[in-house]
Amino acid sequence: MAGIGVSLQADVRVKAGALEIDMRIDVAEGEVVALLGPNGAGKTTLLRALAGLVQLESGRVALDGVVLEDTRSGRYVPTEERSIGFVFQDYLLFPHLSVLDNVAFGLRSRGVRGPEVQRRAAAWLERVGLADRAHSKPSALSGGERQRVALARALAPDPHVLLLDEPLAALDATTRAAMRRDLKSHLSGFRGVRLLVTHDPLEAAVLADRLIVMERGKHVQTGTPAEVTSRPRSPYVADLVGVNLFRGVAQRGSVRVAAGAAVAAAGAESGEVFAVIHPRAVALHRSRPEGSPRNVWHGRATGIELYGDRARVRVEGEVPIVAEVTPAALAELKLGEGGEVWLSFKATDVGVYPA
Amino acid sequence: MRRERAPLAIGILAAAGAAFFILPLIGLVVRTPWADAARAVTSADTLEALRLSLVASLTATGVALVLGVPLAWVYARIEFPGRSVLRALTTLPMVLPPVVGGIALLLAFGRRGLLGSWLESSFGISLPFTTAGVVFAETFVAMPFLVLTVEAGLRSMDRRYEDAARTLGAKRWTIFTRVTLPLIAPSLFAGAVLCWARALGEFGATITFAGNFPGVTQTMPLAVYLLLGTNPEGSYILSLILLVVSLVVLVGLRHRWLGSA
Repeated sequence: MAGIGVSLQADVRVKAGALEIDMRIDVAEGEVVALLGPNGAGKTTLLRALAGLVQLESGRVALDGVVLEDTRSGRYVPTEERSIGFVFQDYLLFPHLSVLDNVAFGLRSRGVRGPEVQRRAAAWLERVGLADRAHSKPSALSGGERQRVALARALAPDPHVLLLDEPLAALDATTRAAMRRDLKSHLSGFRGVRLLVTHDPLEAAVLADRLIVMERGKHVQTGTPAEVTSRPRSPYVADLVGVNLFRGVAQRGSVRVAAGAAVAAAGAESGEVFAVIHPRAVALHRSRPEGSPRNVWHGRATGIELYGDRARVRVEGEVPIVAEVTPAALAELKLGEGGEVWLSFKATDVGVYPA
Repeated sequence: MRRERAPLAIGILAAAGAAFFILPLIGLVVRTPWADAARAVTSADTLEALRLSLVASLTATGVALVLGVPLAWVYARIEFPGRSVLRALTTLPMVLPPVVGGIALLLAFGRRGLLGSWLESSFGISLPFTTAGVVFAETFVAMPFLVLTVEAGLRSMDRRYEDAARTLGAKRWTIFTRVTLPLIAPSLFAGAVLCWARALGEFGATITFAGNFPGVTQTMPLAVYLLLGTNPEGSYILSLILLVVSLVVLVGLRHRWLGSA
């Protein structure tokens, strides 16, 4: 069984084409961490670097205090000697081997011999509910089944670290929801370090205790899913979460954002800050509203998108902002694309936190 | 989907192209004296030449696999100075006239050759004019087909399977035998077939390096050529036998190699 108290510390710099990755990753014992970022952020390369599959420009990787790689001392433990289980994005099950032999591969490589190999591989297939597919070839399996075989194959040799690269991305939408729950239970059953890469915020939020957001090879933000979604620190995260994010300088109850516009915000004191406004807090009006909201802007509706019972209206004024209203409200406003509109939101609905 | 129809010009040229191959085969079949064929097929000389051809070409393919696959792996995976020059040199027998190859083999492995004289003086081994010499000549000419095919297979395979094996604790040799080779099996197979076919038809290098001794170095193509001067009908029959053997192999491999046409 994987040891308790296993932790991973990595500080790596890797060149991947034009992209320079410079990241620090710490995963504590018992923690599931998701590395979240857009495509091309360097997430996969970083994961491969932790496994020793990619040459480090410089840096250090340590597992449980034992150094696996350190460019300064020249130490390098080759991949095959690292106690790492890796679930690849498209699973990479060996197509010429049966499901059972795929799961047994790591056991044989790690020196397990005789009937013990079959017994342990079969036990893993049992755990992922695929005992009856032991003698099938991977090509005969569904996407979800392949994912489970890949997980069983990675876990069978009892690694101390489990790295998962977009574990659900290869699945269709209906399978994904079920596999997400399934994966969550398997992740909680594994006691070593768990680090997964994803570009799907929902997947990250469901599976992980902590998110590390990465863009263009660099660290952007770290925190629990709740912390990251309530206080996004980049346009990418704000977009994922679906909120309006402004960065500016706070001064006596308002935040001066780009282009000289200001957002009245309760609690804005001083310094560089982020201001976040949920689209639901933004109201739309046909004429200039009079009332308590401290923020009243005028602009033009440049994009209207319907999501079920909600409509998202993008308004371009001095600063672009997105409002969310019901389709009924939208109809009453008689607002079409390009139409002029007023909007308002309360200063108390603006979340402000240091940049 | 609608069935595609060929433009007229393409249809005519394609038919001419096919006829170019079919007509000589028809000529062979039509002109073969069938009455004598049965006797010729079972004659000791013919069977001896056929046996020698099969043994030598299969051995040559075996040698090519043992030496050629590692060579292809090195070309595909290891970067070293002079790699492209070395690859060009080892590919040369594909374009070199086989007679020239035979002469080159004589100068290297002949009795007075670079290595041959040492082999002779130290071990009493002499390759020219032996069945081993036939295998040498055939391997020399045919192995490049295998090396190129396998190298292409190695380059086009998804190397991340090897990464997956590494994360599962596999050492390099295990990865090579348990992952790489099975994954490139189609290229390996195609390369071996090409290599064998080339070895079976080998003439120039064999007759130059190994000579033309019935039962020792006289393979089918040599026997065919020899008979053409003295007994043309006999050479037609031997040619037909070679044709049938080749056809049986091709048809047998059709599904794996040529696709199910």
